[in-house]
Amino acid sequence: MLEISNLTHTYGSGPAAHHALGGVDLSVAKGELVCIVGPSGCGKSTLLRSVAGLLRPGGGEVLLNGTPVDQAPDNLAVVFQDYSRSLFPWMSVADNVSLPLRRRKLDRRRRREAAMEALAQVGLGGAEGKYPWQLSGGMQQRVSIARALAYRPALLLMDEPFGSVDAQTREDLEDLTLRVRGHHNMTILLITHDIDESVYVGDRVVVLSKAPAKVVGDLRVDLPCPRDQITTREHPGFVHLRAEVGRLVRGLRNPSAATP
Amino acid sequence: MGRAPRAAARLWPVPAVLVVWELVTRAVGDLSFPAPTRIAAAMRAMWLSGPADRLWLSDAALANIPTSVGRLLAGWALAGVAGTALGIALGRSPLLFRLVDPLVQFARAIPPPMLLPFFMALFAIGARMQINVIVFGVIWPILINSAEGARHVDRRHLETAEVFGLSRGQRLLRVILPSAMPKIFAGLRLSLSLALILMVISELVGSTDGIGFQLLDAQRSYDLPGVWATIVLLGVLGYVFNSAFLAAERRILSWHRSAKQTT
Repeated sequence: MLEISNLTHTYGSGPAAHHALGGVDLSVAKGELVCIVGPSGCGKSTLLRSVAGLLRPGGGEVLLNGTPVDQAPDNLAVVFQDYSRSLFPWMSVADNVSLPLRRRKLDRRRRREAAMEALAQVGLGGAEGKYPWQLSGGMQQRVSIARALAYRPALLLMDEPFGSVDAQTREDLEDLTLRVRGHHNMTILLITHDIDESVYVGDRVVVLSKAPAKVVGDLRVDLPCPRDQITTREHPGFVHLRAEVGRLVRGLRNPSAATP
Repeated sequence: MGRAPRAAARLWPVPAVLVVWELVTRAVGDLSFPAPTRIAAAMRAMWLSGPADRLWLSDAALANIPTSVGRLLAGWALAGVAGTALGIALGRSPLLFRLVDPLVQFARAIPPPMLLPFFMALFAIGARMQINVIVFGVIWPILINSAEGARHVDRRHLETAEVFGLSRGQRLLRVILPSAMPKIFAGLRLSLSLALILMVISELVGSTDGIGFQLLDAQRSYDLPGVWATIVLLGVLGYVFNSAFLAAERRILSWHRSAKQTT
């Protein structure tokens, strides 16, 4: 459902130019959860912003369900890392979640119902009247996730979604993501710099090289479902995969030898 | 400490200053500096000598105070609406900003009282002239602050609005305007005190009623307690407006204060 071909992007020009993307090819099937990992500053966010229509890439093409992405597509939602800047502090939690639903041509009551349902799914039933700044970081990120869920996107982009929360909350949010994807049959593209996280939540892990980014590894994660923070992480397959991804991220393997 | 004792602890300098003022003016006996009790008596005679069923308000109070306050609020409100709308347009459009900013900087540098002769020639003496003077004088802080607020909307907020496909109107009303609101309020507050000043000045020069006119009238008849009474009334009005404004701001911008405290 998502086809990215030969995507390139350069910031600036001349000797100061930064080549962020050096020809990224990636295709994601419907219903897949694909994690993208890479060294920090490698252009992961540039890739995500190109898919979201927030940035016009220098070259190449992004096709979403066969349609080229030029501006923000209406069947796509994003969960940003910095929840405190992405949620609107002047709106209640319920208003934050239901605001995008105006685009769905739902009336007020239906919007409210959809917001309540999404909040209940992320375990925030009863928090609808609060303001984002009254909640902890992890709960705020749950609100962002609820906002994306209520929107019912075909493709959900997550940009380092758990990068700003503590370890315990991070695990809870990883499990939440795994749980809600089942309800909605969404395709998810999750960007992270955390190798363990990519193997734990992903169906596939795509490794990018350092900038200008190219795909240097594309590994299928064949771990038993449902996954569990303790048993999955001690599974021999998990240990093997995370070592594999780790080597790829550090550039210890020749790109041509990457498993397709 | 309860509410009342706390207020008492905060406000004790006020009666202390009044007592000292009273004693000093009585000791000196200068006609230009009447004692506070005489000023209070003059205020009572001017504005609170009416019948009880009108809350003791005198004819002069009913004729002048609402007129002046009405002009002040009309001018301030018009400037608030126009200044916010123009400011947000300037803040969101770099091109418009580049074109218009020099004009704005020039216009705001003109001391508004200097425009009185022009506005008097344009509109003749009366409420229209006074309201125009107030609007032209107080619009600048609102306009400049709104532009500043609209220019610095968090990029992530705008990207979120874009991703979720908010329409232009929704972006304006639900994202840009609330985000700029703290700045807009800072401008509005500054303008409110400016509006009081311009209201008095415009009434001193071109008016046949209003608080400024009463001040001029008292001065012309060498009624110095009356002059002082008017000055005190203006101080009280300024204080009341500012307090009311702060109370409204606390309610409307509660999210802003709280969000800043926790993050």
